Amino acid sequence: MSVAHLSSRAQRGTFSGPALLALAIAAFLAIFLVVPVGAVVYVAFTEKGTGAPTLVNFLDFARTDLFVRSFWNSVWVSAMTVVWASVLALPLAYLTTRFEFRGAALVQTLGFLPLIMPPFVGAVAMQLLFGRNGTVNLLLDEWFDVRLDIMEGLNGVIFLQAIHYFPFILVNLSAALRNIDRAMEEAAQNLGSHGIRLFRRIAFPLALPGYVAGASLVFVKVFDDVASPLLLNVKEMLAPQAYLRITSIGIDDPMGYVISVVLIAIAVVTMWGSARVLKGKDYATAQRGGGGLNRRKLSRGQSVLAYALVLFVLALVLAPHVGLLLLSLATVWSFSPLPDGFTLAHYARVLGDSSVYIRNTLLYSGLAAAIDVVIGAAIAYLVLRTRLPGRQALDWLAGAALAVPGVVLGIGYLRAFYGITLPGGVPMATLWIMIVLAIAIRRLPYALRAAYAALQQISVSLEEAAENLGARRSRIVRRIVVPLMTGGLAAGFVTSFATAAVELSAVLMLVQNNSDAPLSYGLYVLMQTPAGRGAGAALGVIAVVIVAVCMGLSQVVVSRSQRARGLDI
Amino acid sequence: MNTMPPAVSIDIRDVNLSYGATRVLKDVDLSIRPGELFAFLGPSGCGKTTLLRLIAGFAQAQTGQVLLDGSDVAGLPPWQRDVGMVFQSYALWPHMTVAQNVAFGLEERRRPRAEIERRVAEALALVGLEAYAGRRPAQLSGGQQQRVALARTIAIEPKVLLLDEPLSNLDARMRLSVRRELRALQQRLGLTTIFVTHDQEEANTMCDRIAVMEAGVIRQVGTPMELYERPANLFVAGFLGTANILPGRVAGDAFEVTGGARVALPRGAAVPAGARLVFRPQHAALTPDGALRGPITHREFLGATVRYGVDVGGTEILVDAPFQSTGDLHDAGTTVGVALAPERALYLAE
Repeated sequence: MSVAHLSSRAQRGTFSGPALLALAIAAFLAIFLVVPVGAVVYVAFTEKGTGAPTLVNFLDFARTDLFVRSFWNSVWVSAMTVVWASVLALPLAYLTTRFEFRGAALVQTLGFLPLIMPPFVGAVAMQLLFGRNGTVNLLLDEWFDVRLDIMEGLNGVIFLQAIHYFPFILVNLSAALRNIDRAMEEAAQNLGSHGIRLFRRIAFPLALPGYVAGASLVFVKVFDDVASPLLLNVKEMLAPQAYLRITSIGIDDPMGYVISVVLIAIAVVTMWGSARVLKGKDYATAQRGGGGLNRRKLSRGQSVLAYALVLFVLALVLAPHVGLLLLSLATVWSFSPLPDGFTLAHYARVLGDSSVYIRNTLLYSGLAAAIDVVIGAAIAYLVLRTRLPGRQALDWLAGAALAVPGVVLGIGYLRAFYGITLPGGVPMATLWIMIVLAIAIRRLPYALRAAYAALQQISVSLEEAAENLGARRSRIVRRIVVPLMTGGLAAGFVTSFATAAVELSAVLMLVQNNSDAPLSYGLYVLMQTPAGRGAGAALGVIAVVIVAVCMGLSQVVVSRSQRARGLDI
Repeated sequence: MNTMPPAVSIDIRDVNLSYGATRVLKDVDLSIRPGELFAFLGPSGCGKTTLLRLIAGFAQAQTGQVLLDGSDVAGLPPWQRDVGMVFQSYALWPHMTVAQNVAFGLEERRRPRAEIERRVAEALALVGLEAYAGRRPAQLSGGQQQRVALARTIAIEPKVLLLDEPLSNLDARMRLSVRRELRALQQRLGLTTIFVTHDQEEANTMCDRIAVMEAGVIRQVGTPMELYERPANLFVAGFLGTANILPGRVAGDAFEVTGGARVALPRGAAVPAGARLVFRPQHAALTPDGALRGPITHREFLGATVRYGVDVGGTEILVDAPFQSTGDLHDAGTTVGVALAPERALYLAE
């Protein structure tokens, strides 16, 4: 009813509230997403100076050894990260969903770790732990006279990324495994299958959609990462090359834009490819008869093996966190298994003269998250509750931000807004608010999901009841819809805030001077020099604490608001 | 498949099974003869599916044995039991074709390729689905899916066949034909088969013998007719068909129904303690007189018969009378007598 009512008003041609709202959002997305990305694509496909359409930039790209090498390095690193992340995630997912195993809850909480700390934060700490002269190798050398070169070159990036991102595969694969009707596997057992063969022939193929979703996400994230390779001193990868090209040669050089287009293409092709692979494979095998999962018992030997595996993975996952903490407290840590001594001086430093980073982060993340929640809620409302023509396009546009790597968005902002000068001769691209807007666009797809979830929990009949009692549309939104969505939106805000606090790749392009820089940028700069590492690590620890607290908070907010409304589902 | 091995007996001895504090199976003892089509019948939650899963190896009992052909299989995991099970949901793997589904068990047994192909073709021919070998399960109807599940199971030539509510996901019309097909196939293969169902009609029409279960206990085992004619207790009498149950007590050579009416006991009748009088509606008749008396509460026209409800001392009983003509009908409110032949009366306890 409410929907029909609205559309009839929209058809009358007067600009109703929803239509104006939709236009405002469309304008925002056009200016801060479409225009910058369009500018990048335009530069990549036009001749420098004349603006004539050309493919010569791409030919140059293909003829430059460095770029071709970087491209294949990025493909290799992303693919190998998926392989190693799978090696870690597959046994853990199967173990926790199919066997009686006490460590299951512990393993599932690992899923939140990559949200708490992106890989670049722990990169330097990992080098100190696993690098050529790191803790592990010093000890191995002393005890067994061997060394592991796991942090060398591309392998270092693969190792770092795999232990950071395997939980994406773990979480998606576990969810898929839990949704399989247990009779599917029992039927196979009944026909003589068990163990690895049962997993390979039945469980894994049925859970493939979840695995592919996780694996493609990991591939794209690794491909787009700028800061982690750079902090490990690996420059010959594609995303770092885009950053280096623009920052060293300038924003007029087309190569950075060509690389950006390649990055977008890889992201789009990966997502399209995974969607294609999964076409018709969404085996919705919900339970029919028979209770929940039949968890099998582990024998004593298997139990020991399982716990050993979980502890090993846990040690790996916590290594960057522990390393970061040690580094932040270390006086000097070089060529020794542990720091020479401990100090709080780094914290004093970052809370003192470097506290501007923290202040900026709180301000930027807060603003970005607020923008995301407002726009996300508005889009969700327009899509789910109105019949406004073109509302799906808004949803699609906001979601398309997923395919735009941070570094590309940053380059796009520079290109699109550097030429626009404000009164006083300041280029628009150098304003700190541009950093906020870039972060907001990057996080918008996630806030949008939260808003959808919040709105879908509210029955349309609640709004119809208000309408029936004579309330106007605007009042219904204000008095019924918004209050009921508060819990979900608050959770969306906190999650957006937390992940915005550790956003770096777009920020890296846009920070013009240190006083405007957020924490992630400060961390990146400080980590470049041995003298700054301690302070950088202290910033990292503070970032981790901020994010962890926010994540915990959002859990509390969601469960409390659901309980208060009897939505305990 | 042409030379089926001799059929196998199934013996269940003293089985007790609990999930936590819930006792799901209590002191279950059962012998199923080679080649029999045997039903586990009972209301939902009675433990019949658990008993089936115990035989297949998907449930572990705390005590007791499961013997196939005389040897205990309790220690064997499901994949070593050679017990073919058709699941209620069929559990066809959607990522495989029909032929791949059917070949699965043979592949797991590492049979040569040629033999697998031959036996898959045989199994599909047996259920009349040769033409569907290349299809995906999602492209088949419910009845066809069920036949694939059956073919997949019999392709491995299991020692016994277990069917978990095989007809529950079919529509009413399909059920009638599938019933006959299943029975015919089972007879042809001579395979010892257990059939789990909550539907007495299915059990009655298909099975050689039935175990009626209630709350984890086997209440009676017998042929469908034995169970109907001579139920051992009130539960079986009430669960199979319609039964009138009247409380009362033994008084001399008669059974005195609560409310005063007396029904003569047959000579030498053994009436258990706490027994009630039980009889089927079609075994009684309305008469002007008779020991059991009361007003007619309602009347239902069923076609060949008319079913009357009669209030006897506060308990409503049902009496079926053949329908002759509208003129012979009794109206509600009329007081009538109910005649019952003594040999048709059963005296059963809980």
